[in-house]
Amino acid sequence: MNTNSLADQDVIDALRQTFSHDMNTDLARLRTGLTSAAEKTGMLDVSYRTVDSPIGRLLLAATPTGLVRVAFACEDHDDVLASLAETISPRIMFASARFDDVCRQFDEYFQRRRDRFEVQLDLQLVKGFRRTVLGHLLEVRYGHTASYAELARLSGNAAAVRAAASACSHNPLPVIVPCHRIIRTDGSIGKYLGGVEAKHLLLTLERGS
Amino acid sequence: MQPFDVVVVEHGPVVLRVCRALLRGADADDAWSETFLSALAAYPKLQDGSNVRGWLVTIAHRKSLDQIRRQGRHAIPVAAVPDVPTREITDLTDDELREVLTRLTERQRRAVVYRHLGDLTYAEIAGLLECSRDAARRSVADGLANLRKIYTKGNER
Repeated sequence: MNTNSLADQDVIDALRQTFSHDMNTDLARLRTGLTSAAEKTGMLDVSYRTVDSPIGRLLLAATPTGLVRVAFACEDHDDVLASLAETISPRIMFASARFDDVCRQFDEYFQRRRDRFEVQLDLQLVKGFRRTVLGHLLEVRYGHTASYAELARLSGNAAAVRAAASACSHNPLPVIVPCHRIIRTDGSIGKYLGGVEAKHLLLTLERGS
Repeated sequence: MQPFDVVVVEHGPVVLRVCRALLRGADADDAWSETFLSALAAYPKLQDGSNVRGWLVTIAHRKSLDQIRRQGRHAIPVAAVPDVPTREITDLTDDELREVLTRLTERQRRAVVYRHLGDLTYAEIAGLLECSRDAARRSVADGLANLRKIYTKGNER
């Protein structure tokens, strides 16, 4: 063995390689442990995971109070998490088990075996009139639709059609708070943050045809 | 400020290899977990633009010292220093390589680990080891030279 020619770089390479072995397995286990330790010590302010659905991969984020955000793939999940770090807390960790129940409800919903979600919500991202609007969105039942004008009237301000529409387009909890059930007065489908196709799919699914 | 999760993904590997170089298996895992749990506690107050890796390796440095202090109470004296394995240095297990590292002085060992596994600057190492930047640079160079010597000599027998 020609060890006499051992250079500093050989030693450095050996150190880096040897202490990096099987790192991914260990890191996955350590991360899971860290998440539960963070939860136990009350330092997990926001947990998240993703779930696949017929309208694309959804990001789910929750605080200890409840589900705080559902985001479509087109919103860029990394951007959404970065924005939650700014608005709620940067103590954000991936936590799968926290969402087992809500994921099951999503599955059932997309299989037409569920017509309402039973999930604790955290509406801290919505303020003022928009929050009132979201409250009334929950009154528009599965399989039904309403117009933006009707939603404004339900929310106590018939003139605030634009504000009602804006509350829908900024809904942080789409699908669960059913802004997809709000369509234009002329019956056309209107816009949707998750894309018009997604809105169409949800309405078709709920019509049961 | 980035989500903490991003910090764990980005810097988890560096912190783990530093912990592994300084501590045995389960102790290295414990030091890693304690490092990130303390980091999580302090994270919202970390200033924007901070050197996050340097900050984490600094915490890992303290946690590894805590671990060693705790073990010190139950330490079993080693009867004999084992021979340096007669294999290429790249073929050593992490236990064997860690054993080779323990033959350096504490300062040289930490200097080498923080420089080449933790990717810290000499200034950062100087801060951790409470010495001058030049002394930190010398400790890294001497540590590497000694590692070469120990390993080469061990393999001449």
